[in-house]
Formats: sequence, structure tokens, C-alpha cells
Amino acid sequence: MERYIKRYWPIFVLPTMLAFAIGFVVPFVTGLYLSFCDFTTISNATFVGFANYVKAFTDSSGEFIHSLWFTMLFAGISTVLINIFGLVIALLLVRGFKGTNLFRTVFFMPNLIGGIVLGWLWQVIINGVLAKYNVNITTNEWYGFWSMMIVMLWQQAGYMMIIYISGLQSIPGEMIEAASIDGATAWQTFRHIKMPMLMPSITICTFLTLTNGFKLFDQNLALTNGMPSNRSQLLALNIYSTFYGRTGWAGAGQAKAVVFSLIVAIIAIIQLRATHDKEVQQ
Amino acid sequence: MANPKKLGNKKRLVDGMLTVIFSLISLVYLYPLVMMVINSFKKKAYISRAPFAFPTEKTFAGFSNYENGIKLTNFIESIGWSFVITILSVFLILLCTSMCAWFIARVQNKITKAIYMVCIISMVVPFQMVMFTLSKTANVLGLNTPFTIPIIYLGFGAGLAVFMFTGYMKSCPIAIEESAMIDGCRPLRTFFSVVLPILQPTYISTGILQTMWIWNDYLLPYLVLDLKRYKTVPIAIQYLKGGYGSVDMGAMMAMLVLAILPIIIFYLFCQKHIVSGVMAGAVKG
Repeated sequence: MERYIKRYWPIFVLPTMLAFAIGFVVPFVTGLYLSFCDFTTISNATFVGFANYVKAFTDSSGEFIHSLWFTMLFAGISTVLINIFGLVIALLLVRGFKGTNLFRTVFFMPNLIGGIVLGWLWQVIINGVLAKYNVNITTNEWYGFWSMMIVMLWQQAGYMMIIYISGLQSIPGEMIEAASIDGATAWQTFRHIKMPMLMPSITICTFLTLTNGFKLFDQNLALTNGMPSNRSQLLALNIYSTFYGRTGWAGAGQAKAVVFSLIVAIIAIIQLRATHDKEVQQ
Repeated sequence: MANPKKLGNKKRLVDGMLTVIFSLISLVYLYPLVMMVINSFKKKAYISRAPFAFPTEKTFAGFSNYENGIKLTNFIESIGWSFVITILSVFLILLCTSMCAWFIARVQNKITKAIYMVCIISMVVPFQMVMFTLSKTANVLGLNTPFTIPIIYLGFGAGLAVFMFTGYMKSCPIAIEESAMIDGCRPLRTFFSVVLPILQPTYISTGILQTMWIWNDYLLPYLVLDLKRYKTVPIAIQYLKGGYGSVDMGAMMAMLVLAILPIIIFYLFCQKHIVSGVMAGAVKG
């Protein structure tokens, strides 16, 4: 059968692979190459070695370094907050009291709304609250930071909640029952039974929230657009504005993008390794 | 051991309290959306100044924000293009990647393994890595209209879709396909009349994930599309700010309502599929 199907590869595989080449492979490879070039369009690129990387890191405004640790801090804190919030809601909702389904529907809903729409919606609310204290979202970068945090929490907690709920529901009831017969408290049951059994869900959720935090762009653009003076830029927005906002910086922008990809890839690998080790074999 | 009846009472009390607490949290959770609807009926000067106030006789604007916003952004056209792009792209992605995934799952050699690996790698790479070169390539190849941009979406979104379909295919027994082929079905016929029905749950979950992504996507269409002629909903909304200096908040609120409305209707109608689709995507990713 295998051989028979194989002859049909132009029909089955070729369309996807052609599009994949246009949409990913070619842009990725040329992008990687261009990060070592000086260019304004692809055709006039000249090889310059690591000059773009040096330029990105030694920029006198210190913008890139700032956005690097600003993003790390953001991704780190948002991962912790979103997961705690999502897990607590999930733990309570699996008790199955009145209205559980409705609450689940409500908490999940913000996920479907796009980042640009959410950003503008929350900008009005946050500025409305901050106006009472005579500041606004762009007064300094920390107002932007915590605003994005609130929006991310509001948007993503419901998503993680859904994953945690299905994780909790897959824990065999006998295990919890056995623990309660042995006299375990609610906390002990959580710490020694639910937590270890939930490790696969925790792996997934941590990974998702961390990469979402690193890749955040739309909300950043709509909420603060990097103001004041690029201080509230996360990495993705910084790369974008380097490309399209500063003439002569396209090469440095591409170099930043390569660094960005490397960071995300490293996180993906570490994250999956580290938490896979802790998973309990069922 | 404690009296079971007493325990039952205690549980009922706690559950009752939780219902109350969660009702309150839900209201807080929904508040931003309610506020948006309320503000869309206020005159624009009163939105930033008093966003939390209800409209009064003085501040009530009727549907003028909606009329204004639709005119300013050409919203009807944008929503049309958003529909065209989303529907075409999702259709193309589902058709092509499922066929590709079947091939990868059933023909196991070095090439298909390599394709599978590249697909997984592509899921991690952030869009900023390829945005410049991708938008240039798209321009050169004329992929900058709503009818050709689906090819870009197929290329950039193929990773996740191939991954999800292949994962499901590998867990499906090969016997049915084999017997179909022994009975004289050619591969194409086998795929469409035997494999496609088996894959139905994955079609739904992948389709929903891709729909959510493409409908809400901002940067890719912004960089790739010919913006003088075509805008999607997120681009139209972001354009309310650009060019005019200050933002017409009345029009903004009204357009946000119109942008969110189809999503909420879609959600309320296919909630079950959406939640399970998201689950499938998350667990495999």
C-alpha cells in the first residue's frame, strides 16, 4: 500500500509543501541570511558578518536590552499569575456547584477576541481608572506593563482553566477517595495527589503562557504602542518598530528577530524537558 | 468518622456560597464588554472623560457612533474581506494539510520524517522572524489579495495543522484503508471516502483553531495585503487611530462592538466544539 500511495505525492504533499516553502521555509532561511547582511530590500543585501547583532546590542538608546528584560519579566510574571488563577478557578469549578457550566462559558469567552480589539477596549477602561489619579497608561512603562498583565490575565486564565479542568477530571476518583479515607486534608490531597497527577496539564499551560507572553504583540500595539518613548515595548513590538520605524536599521531588526527566535526555541526545549521529568507515570 | 449528613450540609453550604461568589466574579469578568456596549451609545467627548457613567439625555448619542464608525472605517467591506480570507484560508488549510498528513502518516521514510520535523519547528518560530522576508515574497508573487493570501496562511499555518492531523492519523487503524485499496480504490478515492470521515473530529478542532487565529490576526494581513484596497476587521480598527491623530472614541467603541458580536454569536452556537477544539490543540501542542 505504501508504495502505491507514494506515487501520488504530487497530489497529496506538493500543494502543502509549496505553500510551506513560500510561507515559511524560504522566508526563514533568507531571514536568517539577511541578519548577517546590510540591506534595504532583499536584492541589495551585502554580507557584513555579525555587525547587525553588535548594532542591536550596543544601540545607544539601550532599547533592545531594555525590551529583552522587560519581556522576560512580563512573560515570567504573567505565566505565574495566569496559571495560579486558572488552576484555582478550575479546582473550584470541578466541585460541580450550581451554574458551573455558565461560569466556564464566561471565563473562556475573552479568548476568542483578538488582541487589537481587546487592547482598545481595555485602554479605555484603564485610562478611565487612571484618570482619577491624574496619570494615564503611557505615563511610564510600568503602567503599560501592568495593563498588559491585566489584559493577558483576563484573556488567558479561562483557556488554562479549561485545560486544568480536563486534567482534574481525568484523575481517578478512587485515588481521591482513598486519600480521604486515610484522613488526608484538602491541602494534602491537592499537594500529594492532584498536583503530581496534574503535571502534564501544568507542563502544557506553563509552556503556552510563557510563549504567549514572549510573543505578545497586538495587545502591546493597541494599549501603549510602546509609549513613552519605546519604554513599554515588548520584544515583538521592538523588532517591528526597528524594521518599519527606523531607516537603515532593517539588518539590526532581522538580527533581533533571530535572537528572539532563539530565545523562544530555548524556552520551548528547556520547558518541555524540565516538566516532562516531573510527570507521574500512570 | 464525621456524621455524613452533617458533611452533606456543609458541602451544600459551601457550594451555595461558591455560586454566589462566582456569579459576582462573572459579572466583573463580563463588565468590560458591557461597558463597551454602553459607551458605544455615548457621545464621543464623554467616553474618555467618564467611561463608567451611564448615558444621560445629554450624553446619549443613539446610533450615530455606529453610522460614523462604519463610514470612517468602511467597516462593512472590511468584515466582508475578513470573512473571505478566513473561510478560504481555513478551507485550504484543512484540505491540503489533511492530505499531506495522511501521506506522512502512511508513507514512513526519511523524507516524510524530515517534513514532519520541519513542521514542528515552524510552530515555535515567532512571526517577527519571517515577517520582512515573507511580506516581500508575498508581494513579488502577487499573494497580496484576499483571494491569494490563503496560500500564505496555508504555508505559515501548516505546521500546527499537519501536526494535529498526523497525530490523529497515527492512532487510527490502517486496516480500513488497506481493505478499501485492496477492493480497488485509488489513493484519492480512499482518502475522500474512507480517511476523511474518520478525521472528522480533527477537522472540527483544527478548523476552529485556525478560524480563531486567522479572523483575529493583525500583523500578517497588515504587512501582506494591499491596504489601499483591502482591510480586515482588526486592521480597520487599528486604522481608526492612524492618520487622524486623535482617536474618535465613539466610533472606536461602536466598531469594537461590531467586531466582537460575530465572535460571541459563533461562540454561543458552537461552544462545545470550540472548547474541545482548543483542548485538542493544547494537548497536542
